[in-house]
Amino acid sequence: MKEEIIIAGFGGQGVLSMGKILAYSGLMEDKEVTWMPAYGPEQRGGTANVTVIVSDERISSPILSKYDTAIILNQPSLEKFESKVKTGGILIYDGYGIIDPPKRKDIKIFRIDAMDEANERGMAKTFNMIVLGGLLKLRPIVSIESVLKALKKTLPERHHKLIPMNEEAIRIGMDIIKEQ
Amino acid sequence: MAKEVVLMKGNEAIARAAIRIGVDGYFGYPITPQSEVLETLAEEKPWETTGMVVIQAESEVAAINMVYGGAGAGKMVMTSSSSPGVSLKQEGISYIAGAELPCLIVNVMRGGPGLGTIQPSQADYFQTVKGGGHGDYRLIALAPASVQEMADFVGLGFELAFKYRNPAIILADGVIGQMMEKVILPEQKKRLTDEEVLARCPWAATGKNKNRKPNIITSLELDPAEMEKRNINLQKKYAEIQENEVRFEEVECEDAEYLIVAFGSSARIAQKAMETARAEGIKVGLLRPITLWPFPSKAIAERAKQVKGILSVELNAGQMVEDVRLAVECKVPVEYFGRLGGIVPDPDEVVAALKEKLIK
Repeated sequence: MKEEIIIAGFGGQGVLSMGKILAYSGLMEDKEVTWMPAYGPEQRGGTANVTVIVSDERISSPILSKYDTAIILNQPSLEKFESKVKTGGILIYDGYGIIDPPKRKDIKIFRIDAMDEANERGMAKTFNMIVLGGLLKLRPIVSIESVLKALKKTLPERHHKLIPMNEEAIRIGMDIIKEQ
Repeated sequence: MAKEVVLMKGNEAIARAAIRIGVDGYFGYPITPQSEVLETLAEEKPWETTGMVVIQAESEVAAINMVYGGAGAGKMVMTSSSSPGVSLKQEGISYIAGAELPCLIVNVMRGGPGLGTIQPSQADYFQTVKGGGHGDYRLIALAPASVQEMADFVGLGFELAFKYRNPAIILADGVIGQMMEKVILPEQKKRLTDEEVLARCPWAATGKNKNRKPNIITSLELDPAEMEKRNINLQKKYAEIQENEVRFEEVECEDAEYLIVAFGSSARIAQKAMETARAEGIKVGLLRPITLWPFPSKAIAERAKQVKGILSVELNAGQMVEDVRLAVECKVPVEYFGRLGGIVPDPDEVVAALKEKLIK
């Protein structure tokens, strides 16, 4: 198993931390992982992206030309990464703020309205976990149990009470993702 | 007990490994993309546990001179910075090399010249292996290609630095510093006691002692005849290091018809390019210098006998390629591919360069 993923959106949307949770979850399953952020001066409001690779084998490059799966959370990221999904790969996007939806026919495109869902339910902070749930529905790269274990490991003790809300968010994401 | 596998950034691994191997002092000044080294140390507060001193100096120049002082006392001391900051340290590095003191310097390279950009680069190769500071000196230069090596090379760097009384440098870049990977940290060790420091470093300036002649730490010698002797001794030491300390990794070189030479993050990208090329039936191997000085010239010359051409892949305008060419002595074509100023090529660009420049 090897999954090469790009997660891209606005800075502040939890792009990097979603990638981090995915990478940690891989670690919980003894998989090889890399997490490579595009770091820069343009963090808040600008575009942020992270490449996450989860694999059963040693990973060569943390930087990729093409991705198995792209998770796209804003219009600029869609323009940048739609062409970089491998043929037969998956593109997941949040419809919020997307004016020009993805068009490729040789990849599978899924829409997840996580931003709207998170706002409606008053769960804005778990937006990225809803998206992660959508991803895991389509690509069960890691188990939910591993994600919860990863959260427990990475969140400071005082935030552990938030873990059930994150679990709920993952399940919501699994429910609301749909093929375009 | 099984060792704990953890996930962290390369910069964080440097800091945590330093605490664990018992480093006595870290002196630094923040600069992207290596600031997490100092940040992690500040968070971990090792002065409360191992007694390690951590100081954010007023400048890079001050930091390297604090290292000079600590090293003169036989302590395990280090500094870290990124390209423009490392340029500022060059005078101090030359003095430390001249005074034959052990220390560890970390450079998490970013794009230059000048203040440049904060994005990854490998354009400080020349600065690291050809001088940087003034005078005929060498640094033992280690090039990590993973977060695990970031952690491991802190220990290795100090080991070599003390073995040869010579500064060692970890030459990383923004990719290796900023990415997270699995890592197993070294076991927690105690720092050396004053007695142990004296036993390891009889040359150290540790205060008055009636039982021996004074130890004087200096790089100054006004008598040129004496200075020449010092230089000759340095060169003998460097020859010994070249003989004993070359490190490199070869990947799928046995049947290779083409060879990529790359270090650090470039080697990771090149390895993926190698996988892609091999899937297309092109027999490519990868030789990754781990020590940039001493350079694995012999190993490259050996592989040159077997391959049709060599591609040096670097995040600069072609620096290491000069050393590859010197090693190969024109026996096969040696070409260069790289991106500049903080742009990191993706693996497909390397495959395309391989085809265009070597296979044709």
